[in-house]
Amino acid sequence: MIRVVIPAHLQTLARASREVELDVGSEPSLRSVLDALETRYPMLRGAIRDHVTQRRRPFVRFFACERDLSHDAPDTPLPDAVATGAEPLLIVGAMAGG
Amino acid sequence: MSGVRVLVGTRKGAFVLTSDGARRDWTIDGPHFAGWEIYHVKGSPADPNRLYASQSSGWFGQQIQRSDDGGKTWAPVGNAFVYDGVPGTHQWYDGTPHPWEFARVWHLEPSLTDPNTVYAGVEDAALFRSTDGGQSWHELPGLRGHGSGSAWQPGAGGMCLHTILLDPADPQRMFVAISAAGAFRSDDGGTTWQPINRGLRSPQIPDQDAEVGHCVHRIAMHASRPNVLFMQKHWDVMRSDDAGDSWREISGNLPSDFGFPIDVHAHEPETLYVVPIKSDSEHFVPDAKLRVYRSRSGGNEWEALTNGLPQRDCYVNVLRDAMAVDALDSCGVYFGTTGGQVYASADAGDSWAPIVRDLPSVLSVEVQTLP
Repeated sequence: MIRVVIPAHLQTLARASREVELDVGSEPSLRSVLDALETRYPMLRGAIRDHVTQRRRPFVRFFACERDLSHDAPDTPLPDAVATGAEPLLIVGAMAGG
Repeated sequence: MSGVRVLVGTRKGAFVLTSDGARRDWTIDGPHFAGWEIYHVKGSPADPNRLYASQSSGWFGQQIQRSDDGGKTWAPVGNAFVYDGVPGTHQWYDGTPHPWEFARVWHLEPSLTDPNTVYAGVEDAALFRSTDGGQSWHELPGLRGHGSGSAWQPGAGGMCLHTILLDPADPQRMFVAISAAGAFRSDDGGTTWQPINRGLRSPQIPDQDAEVGHCVHRIAMHASRPNVLFMQKHWDVMRSDDAGDSWREISGNLPSDFGFPIDVHAHEPETLYVVPIKSDSEHFVPDAKLRVYRSRSGGNEWEALTNGLPQRDCYVNVLRDAMAVDALDSCGVYFGTTGGQVYASADAGDSWAPIVRDLPSVLSVEVQTLP
C-alpha cells in the first residue's frame, strides 16, 4: 500500500482523511500514484495536475523521504520506502499566506 | 409567506443568507468551501433548489460545485475547461501576444428554462456551456473566434468574461461582457457573435472608440425590455435602447462615474442602481461615504441613497457581481462589499441595514425569490 498525505483543501474537497492508502502495484511512480488517487477521488482531477498536459500545478509540490520529487519525471520509480508504505508521499501546497 | 435566499461568494468561502418576505431577520449559513475563493454562486430560475458555485484556488485550480437542495448540501461536478482547438494568443498588458490560459470561472449563468444547462464565463475570456448539470463543459468558440480575439487585452483583474445575460424573449439571443474587450451579442444561441460597443469611448486605449478594447465592468437588463441595456464601464455609465447596437452616456450627476455593479429594479425598468467608486486608482467610495445611487428616469438624474449606510470613514469597494435585486412586491436590493458587509434594502433602496458585517471580502451577491 502507498500512503499519500494530501493537503487540507483537498481533504475537504474529496471528503478524505489527511492520509489515504492506495494499492498501486509494483514499481509505483508519481504518475501511477496520482492516477490511482484521481480514480478514487475524481474531484481531484485538475487540482494537482493539469487536465490536458498532466503537468503538476505550479503551487503543488511532491515530497517524500526528505526529498523534493516535484521535478522528477512522472514515471520515475518512487523511493523504496514509499513503495513499501514505510514513508508517505506528501502532496503539499506551496507555502504562502492568503 | 414568500422569502429570499441570498447567495454570497467571498474570498474565503460561500454563505447562504435566508429570510422571510419581511427581510428583517436573517439566518446565516456557511462558510461552504471554507478557505476557497468563491467567485460566484447562482440558482437556476427553472428550479430554485439547483445552485451552481464557482470554487477556485491559486494552488488547486477550479472546481464547480452543485447543490440540488437549495444550498444545504453540495457536490463537485465537472471542472475541465478546455479551450476548443488551438487556443492561440490574445494581447498581454504590454501589447505582446500571450497564449490563452484558463485561470478561473468568474460567472455562472443558469439557463432560464433548463436546470441542467448553465453557462460559464471564464478567465482568460471565453464562454463555456454545460447541458448535463455541470458534469461536462464545452466552449462556444465563436466568441473567441470572432476575429477580434487576438486583439483582446486583460484589465487589471485579468481578462475575464464576467457578465452573461440571457434574453427571456428570444432564446437565441445572449449578451456577454469582457474586461477589457467590451460587450458582445449573439443572435444564434452563442454560435456567432458581434461586438456591440458603438458609442463607448475609452481614453485608455489608442483608438478611443475602437470596435473592441473597452473595459466594460457590467451590463444589466430588465426582463420586460431585453433590448434596453445598462452598462457600468470602467468610467461612464451607459445605456442602449437597441440591444447594444449603440450606446449613450447616462452618468449625469453621479459624483463619480467609475464603478463596478449596475442593476435594475425588479418592477420598474427605468429604475437603476449603481455604486460610484472614487477612481480607477482609488477603489473605494468617494468622500468615505457608502452611497448607492438610484435613477428613476433610466439614467442621467441620480439620487444618493444613504439611510442606514456608513457616511464616514468608509473605504470599501463593491465588485461587479456583488449587487442583486429580488422580485418581491417591494423590491429588495442587496450588495456586498470588499469589507465583508452584505447590506439589504427591503424598500427599493430607501433604507438599508446590514445582514451580516464581518464576512471575508465579498466577490458576488445573488438573490433568489422563493415562493
